[in-house]
Formats: sequence, structure tokens, C-alpha cells
Amino acid sequence: MHADTASRLDADILEFMDACLQKEHPKSYLIAVLHKIQQRYGYLCQSHMDQVAQHMQIPTAIISGVSTFYHFFRLQPRGKYSISICLGTACFVKGADKVLDAFRTELGIELGETTPDGLFSLESSRCLGVCALAPVVTINDKVYSKVNAKQVPELINTVKTEERV
Amino acid sequence: MKDINLIIDDQPVVVAENTTILHAAEKLGINIPRLCYHPDLSLEGACRICIVEVEGYRNFVPSCATPVSEGMRIRTNSPEIRQARRDLVELILDNHPRECQICERDGNCELQNLAYSLGVRERLFEGRRKLYDIEKSSPAVIRDAEKCILCRRCVRVCMEVQGVTNLSQLYRGVDTVVAPAYEQGMDESVCIACGQCINVCPVAAFLENSSTDEVWAALADSNKHVVAQIAPSIRAAIGEGFGLPPGTPMTGQTVTALRRLGFDAVFDTNFGADLTIVEEAHELLKRLKTKERLPLLTSCSSGWIKFMEHFYPEMIPYASTCRSPMSMLSVLLKTYYAKRTGIDPQNIVVVSIMPCTAKKFEAERREHQSPDGYPYTDIVLTTREFIWMVKSYGIDFARLPEEDFDSPLGYSTGAADLFGTTGGVMEAALRTAAEKLTGKPLVDLEFTQVRETRGLKEASIEIAGHTLNVAVANGLNNAKTILERVKKGDKTYHLIELMACPGGCIAGGGQPYPPDGHYVLDPEIARLRAGALYRIDEAKTVRVAHRNPFIEKLYKEFLETPGSAVAHKLLHTTYLPREPKGIK
Ligand code: SF4
Ligand code: SF4
Ligand code: SF4
Ligand code: FES
Repeated sequence: MHADTASRLDADILEFMDACLQKEHPKSYLIAVLHKIQQRYGYLCQSHMDQVAQHMQIPTAIISGVSTFYHFFRLQPRGKYSISICLGTACFVKGADKVLDAFRTELGIELGETTPDGLFSLESSRCLGVCALAPVVTINDKVYSKVNAKQVPELINTVKTEERV
Repeated sequence: MKDINLIIDDQPVVVAENTTILHAAEKLGINIPRLCYHPDLSLEGACRICIVEVEGYRNFVPSCATPVSEGMRIRTNSPEIRQARRDLVELILDNHPRECQICERDGNCELQNLAYSLGVRERLFEGRRKLYDIEKSSPAVIRDAEKCILCRRCVRVCMEVQGVTNLSQLYRGVDTVVAPAYEQGMDESVCIACGQCINVCPVAAFLENSSTDEVWAALADSNKHVVAQIAPSIRAAIGEGFGLPPGTPMTGQTVTALRRLGFDAVFDTNFGADLTIVEEAHELLKRLKTKERLPLLTSCSSGWIKFMEHFYPEMIPYASTCRSPMSMLSVLLKTYYAKRTGIDPQNIVVVSIMPCTAKKFEAERREHQSPDGYPYTDIVLTTREFIWMVKSYGIDFARLPEEDFDSPLGYSTGAADLFGTTGGVMEAALRTAAEKLTGKPLVDLEFTQVRETRGLKEASIEIAGHTLNVAVANGLNNAKTILERVKKGDKTYHLIELMACPGGCIAGGGQPYPPDGHYVLDPEIARLRAGALYRIDEAKTVRVAHRNPFIEKLYKEFLETPGSAVAHKLLHTTYLPREPKGIK
């Protein structure tokens, strides 16, 4: 897991937790709290989850269980280059799964993870509405269309070369 | 409550409303196979091994989770049911290592037994194997996720019985794994090392961190003087490892077995227990006099102590500063005994046979190392590990002659034997405290009010015009309850005995897996084992700790008086708040 450099949670998030604690089943707001933290900081780090545990008096094992169960929680910060593969129906039919596999092998990470050098992270997206261009991959804001698995190493190399200059 | 009539395997039976099919069948002597179910834990309904056929139902139903209803007709063993159960077990086996011959649980594994009894005789399909490293960070409990079958018994016992909630199911689907938060090592987690997850695990996914190799090596080293000590509860449980009924006392045979294995001397943790009582009673009387730091909380359960440090650091000032009986005896072995025999303490290897995995953790604590930096207790073996060593050495344990412990650190009073069961430390302390308060020998020695505690018991005891409010708690969820009462302050408590394991050390995390006809954490086993200890106590002539003649002599020769400076230096310890902080 990623090393934690994280700070204290922002005051408004602490206030949000306090508000949840006033409600009838405070612990059922855990997912909402984690969502808020991910929105703010981009991912859930151990220190933030520990703070939630102490603040809401929910054991860390439970929080860890919830944060690893749902795919929408990220447990590592995004890489400098965030690669997103569309797994909508059109892209899938055109072989997006093979493209995803190629990224996984090439980068040695799974969906939701970040390479140890912090350069790349991998995620999937739902239909981007450009199905004619399927399969679609975005790297940060750049859209790549009709990507096939064979092009993946080259794509990664291009980014790396740009990064060096 | 309404009676319900139903028919199981053609036999009519009447049970109370809300009984489950599984229990109704048990009433008829029908044992439906099961895996995730445990009578003392919440219902999981995860494995479906316990399925039965109910007439008129389209699907098989899990009998552990389905209540009976009027007129139900149930089959537990139709060919279809038997096939379906076999399929379920085969599915589990498909991604389970094929390692029975080299597995710690070979021969007493619930999965192995189930596969055998259901008639799985071939493996048709190899599923995706889970690949994990064995997690060995803790000196007490190791986790082998490759063998885990996701029944969640460990998760439940850790949460519902121990109130620790160290374990949870992480990730999902084929990646699901049971682990502490963030998949951190057990030694970085809030784990209190009690070993109850080992006890309830049906397979070898949780085990003690084994030390048998170190013991063999020490025994083979002629430069080492290797001595053993055995905890009170060992004698009451060890026989089960050799096919004897629970509650068969085997003190003398255990001593003989240790000598045959090559130990140079065999001592009794009981001596440490007597000494603990003398020191602890002194502490209690002092606090009663000054009315300070009450209640006194007992300190012999290493799991409870670690729990206090993570979850109740604010209670540290109330805990007795006495080391556990094991550590007290180990200290004496490396000081008093070393001096008497002229053996360099660095060459003495103290091996403790304990019912407890948390004692492995305790032995490594900095507080229990000598000023020169060597540990007082070198190696801790669980009862299970010791049973294995005896078997491995070809010793016919059940038929061994009985031998006596070495003197003087092997002599003990009946009070010491009681340490092995819940309520026992309390009773032993009350015996000594009563004699000290009244200044007279006690006539009625037995404090039955504090015996046979399932969970939590309170009592008020009248001694010489004093009313002592006492409580006994086992299983740390019950410790939470009583500590919260103490904090609320509605009542003054004077002495509270706390033991981490449900039933006390007799049901410790290192005790034998239950024999046929019993289940894990079966209160009946605990009762039988405790019975053995009560009988040993009754048969002894000296039953009050401070009247152990060798303890009196020890104070004269070495320790001066209870609570003296030298006693403090050697027999007492300190505690510290621990990270991560537990959630109560
Ligand atoms: S846990 Fe049981 S089934 Fe698995 S390898 Fe060990 S003995 Fe065999
Ligand atoms: S040893 Fe005890 S505290 Fe630790 S995980 Fe197992 S049951 Fe929980
Ligand atoms: S570790 Fe053992 S008790 Fe826990 S879920 Fe796995 S198989 Fe069940
Ligand atoms: S024993 Fe009934 S579902 Fe597991």
C-alpha cells in the first residue's frame, strides 16, 4: 500500500462526521464519509481511514473491509498519468478487455492501482459516448481511439519519452 | 412458547418454536454436517454444507439458518442431498492446497474430516489457487490465507467474543481474504494474541507461531541447562491429545514426559501462581487500606493485558503490577535458581508449556527481559505443540508412570491449580486476603460464588467486617462490560479478575482441538477441565497460597517480604498504552 504522507482531515469533513454521528444509525454513513474523503483527496489513505475510525468509533478492520469491497474506492493516489479504459458495451465488444489486459501486463498493476514510480494509474470508465471510436482509452485529458492491444507498449513508451524531455 | 411438530428422516419430533432444523435434528441424534456454523457465534449461513431437503420447497435450505415450522417433512440424507454437499466440499477443495500430509492440522482438520465423511474420493477439477505468503509477523499467531475457506468464524469470534474486531473480510470475489485492517501484519494490528481465531478456524489458516524446532535444538545442546515449567491448565487438558476424556488430570505423566524428552529439570508454573497471589493480595490489602486505585485488576492473562494497553490505557493504573505466574517463575529460575545451582543464567533455557498463544507475545516483551538483555522465558510452547512433541518422540503418554516436579520451585498449594480456570485467581486471592484480614486460618476455603462463570459474574463477599465487591470476567467483550460499569462509578469494586479466553486458561488459544463429540469453545469441555483442577485443589493439604512452605522460605532467603524493594524489582512489571488504539 502507498506510503502515507497524509495530513489531518479537513475541518468540514470532521464536521460532516459529527453530523452523521447525530443521526439514527451513524455507522451506516461510513460509505458517505469515505466518498467525501475520496472526492477531496483523490483516494483513501490509511491515515485518513484511521482518523475516521477514531472519530466515528468504527474498527479499522470494518473500514478496511468496506473500502476494499467497493470498486469505486481508490486506495492509492492517481498516477501522474491516469489511464482510463472504457469498458462500455461498444468498447467491450471491440476488444477493450484485451486492451485492459495489455495495460495490466505492461504496467504490472491492476485496476485501481498505481505503478510504484507514481507515473501511471489504471482505471476503467463507463461509456464516454464516442462509440464510433471504440475501443477508447484516455490518458489524462487525451483521447486515443480504436486502440488495440498491440499498440499498448508503444503508447506507454510515448508517454515515458515525453516525460523525459 | 409454542410446540412445533415435524418429521425428520421419518422420525417425528417436537421442538419449541424458532428452533432451527439443525438443532431439531440434533435432538433426534442426527448430526447434520456443518462448517461455518458455531453455536456461540452469530449466524453466517455462508458455506451451505448444512443443507437439507424440505418437502414442498423447491431448493435445499441451510438447516443452521432455517427455523422449523409445523408439519415440516425433512430429509437430511437423500442421495441428492449427499451429492449436493459433496459438490460443495469439492468446490472448496478446488482452490485449496493439496497439502494435508505436510499440514499442521492433518488428522484434526474439519475440512479434511468433512471431505472424508461425505465421501470425496477424487479431485476432478483444479480451480484457481489462492496464492499468499504466510503472515508470520507476530510471535503468537500466524495467518496462512491460502488455506482459508472464508467461513468467517475467526472474524466473528474476534468481534463477538473478544470485542477486538481485528479481522475482517477484505476485497471481493476470488480476491477475498480474511486479514487485519489494511492487510497489515498481526504484530502491527490491534490483535491481542489470544489465539481464539486459531481455536475456531476449521482449517490451518490460523496457527500458533511454532517454536518446537528451537526446543529440539536446545535439548540437543549439551551446553544448555534446559528447564520446563507447565501452566496449571495444561494438566487438565493435555490428556485429550492422547485420546483421554476431557477433565482427566495428567500432572505426573506430564512431568515424566518432559524428563523423557530430555529436560534437565521440570518445575511448576503453579509455584509462580502461589507467589503471584502473595504479591497480589499484598497489593490488594494496601489499596483497601488507602482506598486508592480500586478496583485492583488482575494481570496474569497476557491477552487481557495487551487488550488493556490497546483499548483501555486509562485503566493501566488499576492493573496489578504483578508479572504473570509464568514470568515470575522464569525470573526466579534465572536468578534464585541460577544462584543456588551455580549455573550461568545465560546457559539456562526456560521452556514454558502454556495454554496460551499470548504468552509467546509476553515472553518477548521488553519488560520481561533481564537487565543484561536476555529473556526470562526463552521459549513458549502451546499445549498443542507440546502434545505433538510427545507424540513425535514416541512416548506412550497415557501409560506413563507419574513423577514429581523438581523441588522447591515445583511445589504448590491448591490455590495455584485454580489459576487455570475462570474465577480461580479470584478464589485464590480471596483465600489469602481473608486469612490476612482476619488473622485466622480460613475454615471454609471454597468461594463457590465466583466459580463457573460463563462470561461475567459479580459477587459481594463479607470478610471480617469488610464487604468486597468483586467481579469475574472472561472473554474480552465481558471485560468491556465490567470496565464500563467501573468507569460509570455507580458502585465501588475492589477486585476484578479478567481472563481473555472464554472460560479462562483451560479454554486458551493454545489448548487441544476438541475431541470427537465436542465442538470448539464447548462449555462442557471447559467445565470438565475446570472440574479436574477443582479436584486437584481439594485433594491437597495446603490450599492457601501464602502457606506454601517454600514460598515462606523464598521470602526469608531471597525476597524479604511481599512488596519489598527486591520483590518489586523481580516480580513486578509495567504497562504502556499501545498503538494502534483499539475501538471499544
Ligand atoms: S487445512 Fe486441512 S484440508 Fe487443508 S491442507 Fe491442512 S489438513 Fe489438508
Ligand atoms: S489472536 Fe485473538 S485478537 Fe488476534 S486476531 Fe485472533 S481472535 Fe482476534
Ligand atoms: S481463517 Fe479459518 S476461521 Fe477464518 S474465515 Fe478462514 S477458514 Fe474460516
Ligand atoms: S453451516 Fe449452515 S450455512 Fe454453513
